[in-house]
Amino acid sequence: MSFLVLYAEEYEEIKEILTALKKETNSRIALIVEKNGQPIAFAGEMDGVDTTSLGSLVAGNVAATEGLAKMLGEESFPLMFNEGAKENLHITLIGDKFILAVLFDKRTSLGLVRLRARNAALKLEKVFSRLEAKMMQEREKLGGGENPLEDLSEEDIEKLFK
Amino acid sequence: MAMINPRQKELIAKIVYYGPGLGGKTTNLKYIFDHTSPSSRGELVTLNTQGDRTLFFDVLPLNLGTIKGYRIRFQLYTVPGQVFYSESRKIILRGVDGIVFVADSQRERMDANIESIEDLQENLRQYNYSFATMPYVLQLNKRDLPTAVPVDEMKKLLVLKGEPVVEAIAIRGVGVMETLKEIAKLVLINLKKEFR
Ligand SMILES: Nc1nc2c(ncn2[C@@H]2O[C@H](COP(=O)(O)OP(=O)(O)OP(=O)(O)O)[C@@H](O)[C@H]2O)c(=O)[nH]1
Ligand SMILES: [Mg+2]
Repeated sequence: MSFLVLYAEEYEEIKEILTALKKETNSRIALIVEKNGQPIAFAGEMDGVDTTSLGSLVAGNVAATEGLAKMLGEESFPLMFNEGAKENLHITLIGDKFILAVLFDKRTSLGLVRLRARNAALKLEKVFSRLEAKMMQEREKLGGGENPLEDLSEEDIEKLFK
Repeated sequence: MAMINPRQKELIAKIVYYGPGLGGKTTNLKYIFDHTSPSSRGELVTLNTQGDRTLFFDVLPLNLGTIKGYRIRFQLYTVPGQVFYSESRKIILRGVDGIVFVADSQRERMDANIESIEDLQENLRQYNYSFATMPYVLQLNKRDLPTAVPVDEMKKLLVLKGEPVVEAIAIRGVGVMETLKEIAKLVLINLKKEFR
């Protein structure tokens, strides 16, 4: 399938898990991005950070690291960690399609982030599987209510570029 | 892979600018960045070598506006055109919803254009993406240069499936927004079909 529907119910659940993770670990930002770079959800202090670009970079980073893993004969590096003078970035894979990134500073520790992120990733993996199953099931329904492009006209597109 | 979020009322799609090295892909994104209001775009992130060549990718998040209450957001990516960054180009293409091919009009770059189009097709094949149904726009860039090959001749060489062709001078912004509009149109029409 060439698109993903984030149904409201699952989206809320994803946000809750992220918010809880952010709170429990006392970190700055927790975000989920699809491996292709599409932003899914985030929680936290966004001031001064463009989360969409951050997500794209995280996805690029993961893609490059996976390329490296393959070259080195590793399946993957499921955990990645970047340590800075002030900020740290912890990256976990959620299944094989999504990425969980946590940005944190001195207020918390790597050990705690690692533990909680792993637990969150397991929960998230379940939600995303459910989401996928739902998409398969409700494929037809999408045309019913959720399709914003249903009566897309030339005019709609022209308006975007005025 | 386009994403649709009914709760946030958002639709997000991924567009990739492809083409030979120095063709003007990054220049397209810079122009779009400079000529859209800060409220409707994010940061332009560029991962460059010191000589300003794209090393991995550029990305610009863009809000195009709303359709039926949904915010239409595009993530514009460029690939590194230099031949030896093949692996990076493949990574960036993953999950693509539409492709702009930025061709360099200079006579001495015709072989590079053709090589790059072949590279694109090969990479799409590896993902089992169909080029035939992929939203695709051909931009003939650098029309200002004295060695620019006539448009008809370029079309004969490079047009593959009756795609829209836009003449451009990206460095002055000529044709840049028109290209974006053409690809946006094709992507939205294609998604409309997919959603059904
Ligand atoms: N004369 C002229 N120069 C252009 C035009 N568009 C881009 N350039 C110049 O061409 C050079 C390369 O442009 P980039 O946008 O960096 O090219 P690119 O396709 O991103 O190249 P890679 O990142 O190596 O793949 C720059 O010096 C631009 O200023 C144009 O329409 N006319
Ligand atoms: Mg470039």
